[in-house]
Amino acid sequence: MELLNWIVEPLQYGFLTRALAVTLAAAVVSAVLSCWLILMGWSLMGDAVSHAVLPGVALAYIVGIPFSIGAFVFGAGAVALIGAVKSTSKLKPDTVIGVVFTALFAAGLAIVSSTPSQIDLMHILFGNVLGVTDGELWQVLLLGLLTLTILLLKRKDLTLLAFDRTHAHVLGLNTRFLSALLLGLLALSVVVGLQAVGIILVVAMLITPGATAFLLTRSFDRMLIVAVGITVAAAIAGIYASYYLDISTGAAVVLAQSVAFTAVYLLAPPNGLLFQHLRRRARTPGPGADTAVAIPEGS
Amino acid sequence: MTATPGTSRIGDPPAALHVEALTVSYQDVRALDNVTVRILPSRICGLVGVNGSGKSTLFKSLMGLLQPDSGSVRLFGCDNLTARRQGFVSYVPQAEDVDWDFPVSVEDVVLMGRYRHMGATRRPSEHDRHAVGAALARVGLSDLRRRQIGELSGGQRKRAFVARSIAQDAPLLLLDEPFAGVDRTSEATMVALLKELRDEGKTVLVSTHDLAGIPQLCNEAILLHNRVLAHGEPAEVLTHENLAQAFGQPAVREDS
Repeated sequence: MELLNWIVEPLQYGFLTRALAVTLAAAVVSAVLSCWLILMGWSLMGDAVSHAVLPGVALAYIVGIPFSIGAFVFGAGAVALIGAVKSTSKLKPDTVIGVVFTALFAAGLAIVSSTPSQIDLMHILFGNVLGVTDGELWQVLLLGLLTLTILLLKRKDLTLLAFDRTHAHVLGLNTRFLSALLLGLLALSVVVGLQAVGIILVVAMLITPGATAFLLTRSFDRMLIVAVGITVAAAIAGIYASYYLDISTGAAVVLAQSVAFTAVYLLAPPNGLLFQHLRRRARTPGPGADTAVAIPEGS
Repeated sequence: MTATPGTSRIGDPPAALHVEALTVSYQDVRALDNVTVRILPSRICGLVGVNGSGKSTLFKSLMGLLQPDSGSVRLFGCDNLTARRQGFVSYVPQAEDVDWDFPVSVEDVVLMGRYRHMGATRRPSEHDRHAVGAALARVGLSDLRRRQIGELSGGQRKRAFVARSIAQDAPLLLLDEPFAGVDRTSEATMVALLKELRDEGKTVLVSTHDLAGIPQLCNEAILLHNRVLAHGEPAEVLTHENLAQAFGQPAVREDS
């Protein structure tokens, strides 16, 4: 009974149930997307888009339109700008990404600092999930559902794009469109995640669940399921930790994801550090070593 | 009336692959210089040349990945995009171009050959499943179908990608260095497999460094050095003079 009470107590507050709903929606959408991002090698792109939306959010507050519109415009704009500079200079991609997103982030800070105090910079940077209104909750749920639907409908093509772009092209698929689609969905996920954990930490939700699931699985569909499972558990654990330990909600959710990653990295079979260590100590090839152990690289 | 749609001239057998006066440059470097190549269907053609001789560029041009400066590529009489959309082209990548840690099974990879045959969400039909099963059986990987792709040996990995081409049922196979890092037994299996496919009417273009294996495998060979040095029967192409021209001085040269 005490445990039940412990679980139910926070949910009596409307702001906390809204916070839980927003965090769960953002976490699930980001986790699904993260599976493709880490396989495409686009983790840094997630970081870039999340920082680049700051001027969009600030301008949306000033103009008085929903923050998600401003954020999406600047997120997509940053992606386009990165693509344009990359294809018209000899700079390496990470350099271009670094230049573009810091420029936009700084522009955002400048806009926020030059306008009167109605914008709370801390809320944008670190999230304000406990202060989410019903309207914002609906925005997050609708955008989340849209992103998730497109991702799941197109998942086979996106996986092919990540695995073998040349084959996708050879089959006559439009690889440029698929890349643009994935980047557009990245911008949408950032918009969804902003409310939950803020600009700074949203990138964690876009990388860590996929990275954790990647270490645990060898099939993409299972990777999706594991990433979502881990992120849901982390979101719930984070919300409760934030309530009972009185710590920042966004930080608690991201920390819970990091704990899950660390545990998997260290302990999970067959490739966790612990198992690598045990294998090295017991170098005797035993029975049953055929399925789980990867064949050494031949070429 | 045996005319195939898109055939260029009446009475002319439609070439599987027809590259006409193709020139491709990267910034200041000319990778392909006025290359003209015609390969008839149901042939295996070996593509030979040093690194940087334009082999990869030629492959990329055939797949429509590059914009040429001038010249044209026709596959079975079609322009590149049409040929790809018809599923005419298939490609077996070099080992180092594949992410072997990617979470896909052997079966998943072969199924990717069938995407053109499926609807927008790529749900495989019974027919697709059957084609994949048959392709896997053909390359001898049925038992390993559930393995993650990186858990195969070098030769098995190559065969998995050839199975993808078979499942795709593409009339043209492009293989980039299929024998690199592959042991003798696997190479023999692959050679037999490619010859079978040729006998069924497939056209195969294969880039290789294994000069000794070419007469055994190929009907014809192309010696490339940014332009076509020689194209014809392997014995005519792989002469000492031609090889010296393509590879510089005798291959045992010490200095670099």
